[in-house]
Amino acid sequence: MLDDFLIRAGLAALGTALAAGPLGCFVVWRRMAYFGDATSHAAILGVALALGQGMAVFPGVLGTAIAMAIAVHALAGRGLAHDTVLGVLSHGALAAGLVAVALTSGTRVNLELYLFGDVLTVTRGDLAWIWGGAALVVGVLAWRWRKLLTATLSPDLAHASGIAPRREALVLTLLLATVVAVAIKVVGALLITALLVIPAAAARGAARTPEAMAMLALGMAAVSALAGLQAALWFDTPVGPSIVCVAVALFVGSLPFRLLGVAR
Amino acid sequence: MSALIEARGLEFGPKGAPVLRDVSLRVEAGEIVTLVGPNGSGKSTLLRLVIGALAPRRGRVRRMRGLRIGYVPQSLVLDASLPITVRRFLDLPLRVGDAEAEAALDQSGAGGLGGRQMAALSGGQFQRVLLARAVLNRPQLLILDEPTQGLDQPGQAAFYRRIEALRRDIGCGVLMVSHELHVVMSASDRVICLNGHICCEGTPAVVSAAPAYRELFGTGTGGQLALYRHEHDHAHEGGGTAHHHHQHHAEG
Repeated sequence: MLDDFLIRAGLAALGTALAAGPLGCFVVWRRMAYFGDATSHAAILGVALALGQGMAVFPGVLGTAIAMAIAVHALAGRGLAHDTVLGVLSHGALAAGLVAVALTSGTRVNLELYLFGDVLTVTRGDLAWIWGGAALVVGVLAWRWRKLLTATLSPDLAHASGIAPRREALVLTLLLATVVAVAIKVVGALLITALLVIPAAAARGAARTPEAMAMLALGMAAVSALAGLQAALWFDTPVGPSIVCVAVALFVGSLPFRLLGVAR
Repeated sequence: MSALIEARGLEFGPKGAPVLRDVSLRVEAGEIVTLVGPNGSGKSTLLRLVIGALAPRRGRVRRMRGLRIGYVPQSLVLDASLPITVRRFLDLPLRVGDAEAEAALDQSGAGGLGGRQMAALSGGQFQRVLLARAVLNRPQLLILDEPTQGLDQPGQAAFYRRIEALRRDIGCGVLMVSHELHVVMSASDRVICLNGHICCEGTPAVVSAAPAYRELFGTGTGGQLALYRHEHDHAHEGGGTAHHHHQHHAEG
């Protein structure tokens, strides 16, 4: 069954959505969208480094994404405005990545593959990385849910309960790096943040509890992934952007819920 | 008896102009300790040092191992992007039973609010929900930062009775900041008068007679006049405001 490239593409998109939906809620609650950008831009640098060393792409991407995540975590709250730090790191990583790709000797790298993703070329090995990463993200979120949520809601309440908010922030940061590695072949480095933020934003209007919002975001991300893939086949459009377009359509469809105040 | 928390020689803030300096305190089980002091005297800062949200520049805070703290912050702003009902809020970070949650809400004057969104509560309702959350899970130490702001007078009286009952029933210690000085003086075992450092401390009788206290809160009838004026400023029914501006500057 996995011989069919379409099945593989569908499974890859679904696995990515599984992780991106719930984690995206934390990205929205904690205003980490720009942070997601920085991490995914670092992934391009990872692609260049991996190809230059003749390594597999996934470990390279995961490694640089984690390095970026830790750098941002360490710099956070050291006097510089958060978005300034992220602006420096995000665009610095993207530029360095593009330069590094150009410098990489040997066969020409098809950069578009990693900027916009190409889920139709996903291999069985890729699928193992994607589902392994997604399972890790969902597993850690479920395991630490209350701690993560308390630290997100109020760092002071977390401290009083013996939870270290900095540690929970670091956990989320590392999970974000994992999602970047999972999603880079599916939607590409430039659109990963979209897959995190848009389904969560679409889920907000109809949700009354954090758990409901996470489940709804998961559903929205899954629908976007599969419908986007289908649309890409029908209209012969790139898959990653098609998935994001469906997600945006779902978000627009959710606006009446919010405007009517259903979840008040 | 061993202390629930013990702070020694705390210093916090910029070196030249510390917010707090040389502050030591300990709270034991079953003891109600109240911090009083003018605006900007470092009361909230001290509480945040005690829960570990701030790190002191000097000194240290020791918590009893596995200490369960119920904390009510002075103000709490929840991000509107996170939908959460009152009932689910009570489940963080430890799940509680429905009956328990209901009882805590009822006793805090927040009965029937369980299904409401936290973001849709008025200031007074929000405060009562924070109180309800703080007393769940049998806390060994309650740390309360102006817990009765946003409560009307019967609500305040009921709240202090509840604190007394909790101490009697589960033997918890209480460390709180309060501006309701007449209540403080009747309900506390120990009062600490803070103004960047500890001006004086002891039983209510000792503190209200201390010159340092009188300097801060006025003389006259042992500070009572100032207190009553103050109290009338604060008889708000649960309005939408989270911050009250206390005028505690030296009047004597």
